[in-house]
Amino acid sequence: MKREAVIVGVGDVPLKDGRVVGGGSVLQVQARAAKAALDDARIPMRDVDGLLVAGLWGVPGPGQLASVTLGEYLGIFPRFADTTNIGGSAFEAHVAHAAMAIEAGYCDVALIVYGSMQKSERSRTLGGRPPVLTMQFENVWGIPQPVGGYALAAQRHMHEFGTRQEQLAEIAVATRKWAALNPAATMRDPLTIDDVMASTPISDPLKLLDCCLVTDGAGAVVMTTADNARAHGSRMIHVRGYGEAHTHWSIGAMPDLARLTAAEMSGRRAFEMAGIDHSAIDVVECYDSFTITVLMTLEALGFCKPGEGGAFVSGQRTAPGGPFPLNTNGGGLSYCHPGMYGIFLLVEAVRQLRGDAGDRQVAGARTALVHGTGGTLSSGGTVILANH
Amino acid sequence: MTEAPRAASPAPAQPVAYEKPQPVVDPGTKPFWDAAREHRLSIPRCRACGQHHFYPRELCPHCHSDDLEWVDASGKGEIYSYTIARKPAGPVFAADVPYVIAMITLDEGPRMMSIIVTPDVEQVRIGDRVSVLYDDVTPELTLPKFSLDKA
Repeated sequence: MKREAVIVGVGDVPLKDGRVVGGGSVLQVQARAAKAALDDARIPMRDVDGLLVAGLWGVPGPGQLASVTLGEYLGIFPRFADTTNIGGSAFEAHVAHAAMAIEAGYCDVALIVYGSMQKSERSRTLGGRPPVLTMQFENVWGIPQPVGGYALAAQRHMHEFGTRQEQLAEIAVATRKWAALNPAATMRDPLTIDDVMASTPISDPLKLLDCCLVTDGAGAVVMTTADNARAHGSRMIHVRGYGEAHTHWSIGAMPDLARLTAAEMSGRRAFEMAGIDHSAIDVVECYDSFTITVLMTLEALGFCKPGEGGAFVSGQRTAPGGPFPLNTNGGGLSYCHPGMYGIFLLVEAVRQLRGDAGDRQVAGARTALVHGTGGTLSSGGTVILANH
Repeated sequence: MTEAPRAASPAPAQPVAYEKPQPVVDPGTKPFWDAAREHRLSIPRCRACGQHHFYPRELCPHCHSDDLEWVDASGKGEIYSYTIARKPAGPVFAADVPYVIAMITLDEGPRMMSIIVTPDVEQVRIGDRVSVLYDDVTPELTLPKFSLDKA
């Protein structure tokens, strides 16, 4: 009988004001998140034989061998490792890769983990990436990183489709309303469209409140077979479909600045694999590095037509109580954003599908779409999850 | 990242060095930067499919042929998109704020990122025609920047 890969555990670490409570090194916080997810799965660490990591943010030199370093730290000897790093969408790709490995019998229990202490370590700046190889043609100009690339896309989208800055602001406001329902969220005070419009200009047309937070954080996801999940009494979430793609690293090589080609590709494949259409999706968790990222993602995934994203998010349609529940934990804009955010999309989708989301629970959520975006609108990873 | 000079540091005796990031030139990109120093905008063109590309690659990104040649571009193009940096990409750009970074579609086809040199950043629009100008920032490095054709 065919092995079915399922998600059985999710975990994160407590945050206060965007910092990990109690502090810790980037390895410590990942170990805590891994333990939380494995406890949630009711599976012991010693059973983990697949380790998927996208990088150890801030650890130079040997730390670049991310799974080797983290496997040693966790005291495990994985027989399947995946260090795919395509940016913040890596974790959606990890779910796909883990599912393939588990279903092929290449491993039995896969642990996907990420952590960063970038806020506590004050390691984030708008510049400073070395102008080598392909980047020698962009980083010499002083483009703020990474916001400038997203700003170029936003400007082009506004030019082609008449998208307005107030429509981008709708996304920040709706996301903040979800954050107000999440005790773990960093920013929970009410926000208005005027507040967003009046916030500090960063890189036109994007302003401070169009940008995600800079926080610490760590998260983990555990996958195994459905049979193993039953044996451990784990609460399983089914992986119905997935897809991934990447199109460029340099923003100058993005095929079309007003269209998110990577998400078009990954989303189409995930929907085809799941055999469902958009009306079956009850809740969407999509990467919100910047407000424009969300708008372009919704268009690329086909929730609306190209150019209609502005109208789609207007009138607070994505806020709590609205017809399109989106980024229900408060997103990277208001919950947390520790450099690579994609793991938290998965954690939140699983909580929604299990009915564990507390005040922010989307009633009757059965099917969730998760979409990560990485780099500078570079990569996409789509995962469709269901509790049935 | 380059640290801003401390206020207590002694003033340099020579003119202030160019402190912004400089391209780490490699064998694949040297012809471009060498040409820029001679005030030419040289980009690769594919002999197989006839299309230009930028930045320079070993294989044509359109048809993947390795039959490439360097040709001088016209230095003309139009703004495909732009952003006005209101915050600098690090302290070395702080004195330039606000400055315009644009993606320019060269008349030969490829897109190129550069700076739009203008006394009034607010007048820049998508679709504006631009022309290259050469900024000799050091004896070894010339940056091809662009200015608006409109008055």
